[in-house]
Amino acid sequence: MNTVGSRLGWAVRDGWTITRRDLTHLANQPWQLVVSLLFPIMMVLMFGYLLGGAMTVPGGGDYREFLLPGMFGLTMVFGLERTLIAISTDASKGVTDRFRSMPMSGSAVVLGRCAADLLDSVVVLAILAGCGLLMGWDWHRGLDQAALAFGLLLWLRFAMLWVGIYLGLMLPGPEMVMAAQILVWPFGFLSSTFASPDTMPGWLGAVVEWNPLSATVSAARELFGNPGVGGDSWAAANALPLALAWPLLLTAIFFPLSVRRYRRLSR
Amino acid sequence: MGNAVVAAGLRKAYGGGDKRHVALDGLDLTVPAGTVHGLLGPNGAGKSTTVRILSTLLRPDAGRAEVLGHDVVREASRVRYLIGMVGQNAAVDEILSGRQNLAMFGRLYHLSGKEADRRADELLELFGLAGTGRKPVKEYSGGMRRRLDLAAGLILSPRVLFLDEPTTGLDPRGRTEVWSAVRTLVEAGTTVLLTTQYLEEADQLAHDISVIDKGRVVAGGTPDALKAKLGGDRIEFVVHDASDLAPAAALATRLGDGEAEIDEDARRVGVPVKDRVSALIALARALDEAGIAVEDIALRRPTLDEVFLTMTGVAA
Repeated sequence: MNTVGSRLGWAVRDGWTITRRDLTHLANQPWQLVVSLLFPIMMVLMFGYLLGGAMTVPGGGDYREFLLPGMFGLTMVFGLERTLIAISTDASKGVTDRFRSMPMSGSAVVLGRCAADLLDSVVVLAILAGCGLLMGWDWHRGLDQAALAFGLLLWLRFAMLWVGIYLGLMLPGPEMVMAAQILVWPFGFLSSTFASPDTMPGWLGAVVEWNPLSATVSAARELFGNPGVGGDSWAAANALPLALAWPLLLTAIFFPLSVRRYRRLSR
Repeated sequence: MGNAVVAAGLRKAYGGGDKRHVALDGLDLTVPAGTVHGLLGPNGAGKSTTVRILSTLLRPDAGRAEVLGHDVVREASRVRYLIGMVGQNAAVDEILSGRQNLAMFGRLYHLSGKEADRRADELLELFGLAGTGRKPVKEYSGGMRRRLDLAAGLILSPRVLFLDEPTTGLDPRGRTEVWSAVRTLVEAGTTVLLTTQYLEEADQLAHDISVIDKGRVVAGGTPDALKAKLGGDRIEFVVHDASDLAPAAALATRLGDGEAEIDEDARRVGVPVKDRVSALIALARALDEAGIAVEDIALRRPTLDEVFLTMTGVAA
């Protein structure tokens, strides 16, 4: 009953049950998905059409082609809120305690959360990409490079998952979650999502360039063959390795912290 | 039958340094199988900490505890198959329907999909929630939510059920609903350990009560025994005419076991008695023979509130 194989089997089965819970949420309130898509779509429309005319892409190119990979990346970072809310709601309502008092696999709660949030991100990315195609955005370097770009975006989302789980277990209630959500904004906007760092004052450009989100966005632009790639700095020239390294570093920090935090619940 | 729950010398402190707070300070507890045991105490007495340790959610700093003979720390995963835990919040998913909640928890208790669905339907029926259909839990009333929460704790028909303040925040109707659900369980042989701040609740449900304060058990016994500890019974009656108060009090003093007291405004006479029933009969007969018209007569025992106040110094 306690062999490694059966434990792994239960972890996967229980994890799937937790994932299914999220899918049922979606089935019970489909409008929630629409609401969560409203924000990125409105941002794309606002920046793409309202402000886009006044924006120039360094090296030339269509602003909307520049914008879309940025919006993909920003949506991955804002996905943190979803994880954060799910984790802190379960903790404050006592659902986490209920899970812990049950004979289910302990890692399944996290596994299930992970699968559910990544699945959600895949759906959101697909819909956003569909909107992008309608607005004239496209990938120009083949499907394999595009798939790699989407992979990098999900890799960033995966890292944000652990940040979300950690913060969700740390914060005592919904009010603090609101505060944490607001703190995600500067992190999201101090990036190359909407404008190239070349257009900013030097010190700000440096901060923006080293933002993990900028690395992912730049790498995605490169792989999609969208404009606005490159620059003189080391960070700009090495977007691809950075887009791999940043999420790895975030995961290496926040995964063990989340596990520790979860274990501490029984202290 | 043996003991369902045994705890000895449980200690637990939270935090460290200046913020160190001792929640349990050597708590002992024994709950015989098939009984309802009430943990009664003021806020912060250590009730929830006790239940959280017994339900494997928290490790004690010292002492040991067993549920049905299994150590709650070393054999935690075994214990989790035997217990049901219902915490202070209604720990259910608000967006799912009642049935979806129970089916999910059933799967997490490692029932097959089919069994989980069947058990969900049974429990919905048992707790009067069968008609709720696809309605999400957030549209439930407080009482319905709590009943669903109870149902979720009963998926594996646990032999020991922990209820942490099961009726806190419920209206009287919701409270009655939960009480009757608990009684049904106990009839089926479940052992229940219940924490409550409501003395009435302990009085209604529990066979035995442990009064805890500052992390220790300060008194224990049946509700009746606890009340008896505080003092005897009283007979109180109200006379129709105020002019009858003096002769009625004289009669009461003669037949009772102490000096009768008169409350002029309420036209009420009270007297302590030892043998409650025969004293009541004798007094009723004597009043009748003396031609004193009585509007109301009753036996009164000290309430658990009074017991509680005396033992912990905190008014509940």
